[in-house]
Amino acid sequence: MKQLSTKVTSNGHGQDSSYFLGWEEYEKNPYDEIKNPNGMIQMGLAENQLCFDLIESWLAKNPDAASLKRNGQSIFRELALFQDYHGMPEFKKAMAEFMEEIRGNRVTFDPKKIVLAAGSTSANETLMFCLAEPGDAFLLPTPYYPGFDRDLKWRTGAEIVPIHCSSSNGFQITESALQQAYQQAQKLDLKVKGVLVTNPSNPLGTALTRRELNLLVDFITSKNIHLISDEIYSGTMFGFEQFISVMDVLKDKKLENTEVSKRVHVVYSLSKDLGLPGFRVGAIYSNDEMIVSAATKMSSFGLVSSQTQYLLSALLSDKKFTSQYLEENQKRLKSRQKRLVSGLESAGITCLRSNAGLFCWVDMRHLLDTNTFEAELDLWKKIVYNVKLNISPGSSCHCTEPGWFRVCFANMSEDTLDLALKRLKTFVESTDCGRMISRSSHERLKSLRKKTVSNWVFRVSWTDRVPDER
Amino acid sequence: MGSLKKNGGAILSKIATNDQHGENSEYFDGWKAYDKDPFHLSRNPHGIIQMGLAENQLCLDLIKDWIKENPKASICTPEGVHQFEDIANFQDYHGLKEFRQAIAHFMGKARGGRVTFDPERIVMSGGATGANETIMFCLADPGDVFLVPSPYYAAFDRDLRWRTGVEIIPVHCSSSNNFKLTVEAVEWAYQKAQESNKKVKGLILTNPSNPLGTMLEKDTLKNLVRFVTRKNIHLVVDEIYAATVFAGVNFVSVAEVVNDLDSYEVNVDLIHIVYSLSKDMGLPGFRVGIVYSYNDSVVSCARKMSSFGLVSSQTQLMLASMLSDDRFVENFLMESSRRLGIRHGVFTLGLKKVGITCLSSDAGLFVWMDLRHLLRDRNSFESEIELWRIIVNIVKLNVSPGSSFRCTEPGWFRVCFANMDDDTLHVALQRIQDFVSKNNNKISEKASDNNDQIIQNNNAKKQKWRQSNLRLSFRRLYEDGLSSPGIMSPHSPLLRA
Repeated sequence: MKQLSTKVTSNGHGQDSSYFLGWEEYEKNPYDEIKNPNGMIQMGLAENQLCFDLIESWLAKNPDAASLKRNGQSIFRELALFQDYHGMPEFKKAMAEFMEEIRGNRVTFDPKKIVLAAGSTSANETLMFCLAEPGDAFLLPTPYYPGFDRDLKWRTGAEIVPIHCSSSNGFQITESALQQAYQQAQKLDLKVKGVLVTNPSNPLGTALTRRELNLLVDFITSKNIHLISDEIYSGTMFGFEQFISVMDVLKDKKLENTEVSKRVHVVYSLSKDLGLPGFRVGAIYSNDEMIVSAATKMSSFGLVSSQTQYLLSALLSDKKFTSQYLEENQKRLKSRQKRLVSGLESAGITCLRSNAGLFCWVDMRHLLDTNTFEAELDLWKKIVYNVKLNISPGSSCHCTEPGWFRVCFANMSEDTLDLALKRLKTFVESTDCGRMISRSSHERLKSLRKKTVSNWVFRVSWTDRVPDER
Repeated sequence: MGSLKKNGGAILSKIATNDQHGENSEYFDGWKAYDKDPFHLSRNPHGIIQMGLAENQLCLDLIKDWIKENPKASICTPEGVHQFEDIANFQDYHGLKEFRQAIAHFMGKARGGRVTFDPERIVMSGGATGANETIMFCLADPGDVFLVPSPYYAAFDRDLRWRTGVEIIPVHCSSSNNFKLTVEAVEWAYQKAQESNKKVKGLILTNPSNPLGTMLEKDTLKNLVRFVTRKNIHLVVDEIYAATVFAGVNFVSVAEVVNDLDSYEVNVDLIHIVYSLSKDMGLPGFRVGIVYSYNDSVVSCARKMSSFGLVSSQTQLMLASMLSDDRFVENFLMESSRRLGIRHGVFTLGLKKVGITCLSSDAGLFVWMDLRHLLRDRNSFESEIELWRIIVNIVKLNVSPGSSFRCTEPGWFRVCFANMDDDTLHVALQRIQDFVSKNNNKISEKASDNNDQIIQNNNAKKQKWRQSNLRLSFRRLYEDGLSSPGIMSPHSPLLRA
């Protein structure tokens, strides 16, 4: 009789993927400006380290929250004992209002429909447990966050069927791709329980367009399935467009309080917008009472520490702070992204035009020896081991086209970013392609710039058009 | 399993719609009553006293003082805020090294320094709730069986089974030998399971026991370890109450036994410990659960799974500092044992005065109270529930009926004593004493009535209870809670209660 469960012996945790191997290499040789200037620079970690100073100065101005006091009185005892899986009401209220603020106060969130979880890792898994039986499938647009393989499938037994998106239209979700994925699931004899999207997208760094969101809502309506919108990056939107949440679409389509709205669920977390992944704050928002009820019970397996709930409820209830923070966060992210994009451009590398997120989706297809995933992995290894940059290969995100990489820009200082770009440029120039670039750099850059502009034009125009597949 | 709920056609999972979370048990009706009418010494002196919540509130002052004197341990104070960025960013599922070291150190100290724990084997989880579920995910597949001695912690039904699909089979213990767990009883349960073609993957016990408050003797523990080794099944010991041992007594951890036994007697790959700071330190709100395994694959897998329930880095930092302060820890452990011992003594003495005995115990935050003599019918769980309702509604104490712990004998109740101050405890004792003196005669009269009278009384009582709005399911409790937050108590009843 085998001794351990199949979960131990399988690799359903997904950690043998290159996404994580790069991290391991980084751990062995981490860059430090002074202590290890030749070490590996971590660009595979979607963290937001740009705005800690704002939170630190808030703490300095709010000693009560900082020292577990309320109105000057210690509430340590109350916090030490608070383990109600409904969560602190003040905290949920503050979360709801923060989520509303991020969406321009165009939609409302009812605190009673929020279920707290230990990070969105736990929130996503919990939703799967509530919506899917082992063997049921969820459709996910590719490329997608590598951690989903673990979070959605590992212990739940659910399956993921990809909705293939391609660079030909900026990786947008199309009707035909949706239908194809659904049919593929049926071919595999899998019951489709829903669609899960990350909006704004990881790894693309783009927010879903209104067209795509309408498409998704129509699709789940007609198929009578669920839609999970993981909006963990909603507060990192820095483009000139407004972030459109699935909740906006429900409102605009007048679907609030309908059966359909009960099948639309939002996942959120403070790990990206506020840069607090260590605090493990995730949330599920659902209009379905049964899901709220079941998920609340399940949250017992991963509640948010009471001292953390208390600190954050004070922080997020300070509206002056939140509006200042969101604005500053956007500013800094935008400037940082620009720095990365222009640095890449000078190395002859373009990105998918992004308007959100903590990373860019970088196009290195021209640096591949062949248009294959083997070549992608070869290139990745060179970048990791020789250039000493940990970036994430598109294959680890289930991208169907080789040559794309996710490169993070918000988890390091400006100097470190500049150094990373310098190393990359040196590397590119040393390759055949790089030599080509330097020989006809003017021509090359011109055509690359054109490509960038046309990408941009493409995305903008697509939102106004009636769905018309290419 | 419950019926599938249709939601406009899009069906939810069985897990979401069945009642395997166990929250529909009557156990939780007492909570509703308490929530509606909570005792307060000055503001509501006739309210219901909560004695169904196994919390340790006796030493929070010591912790509070330490926090005040150690502002550097917080990332929010001026003295500690320089650490804010690194800590807020820290989500490595290995946990802070200092945290693991401090926990390992504390666990050793809580066992009198008789064993040491390896920080590399410390894995975080979302409280012991998360730890128990995680260990099941690691050791068993859906349909596999774990044996659990009864009476056992009510929420095991949820923690061990709900999302894992693991089945639990109780190993019944009885008052005939003071509810002691014997290897023979485990063997018997194991054989019976095998005979029905069930795949037994292991045995899980809570030691010290919830709800009994008793500890396993070293020899018994040794024999259990030998047994699981022979059968090649796992042994999970939930030692969440390890440091709630009253002063002067030694707790024998399974870690000690693993050290003592010869290597041929114990396959360490089968031994796993679950731990938490919720009881020993009284910090359930901080959600510190630990999986400690001697099996490398389990450590590795559990660590990956800990992503689903990591300890907040803010909390890790604070506790790393606190638990590596030897002076604080030694004083805390000593004081805690002392105060618990005194509290236990005062309570049991007060009960003895009115002829109520409890199972003799040396640990825990509760007593296992023997009220069999107050039952109308010693063999009926219905009588137990009737008596329980009297205790909740008339004596105004929320206690936990033995049936909610799957006890096979009616009449036993778990009564918590460490979640209140001295004054409240005295009020509770007074109420018990008053009730028993007043009703001693009445109850013994009822017990000697003839059958017809009993049936008549039963029907009358049934009528009364049906009319009472107490017979509400837990689901109602929280549906109400969703619409009327005022009713909710600060404590969820389904957590370490």
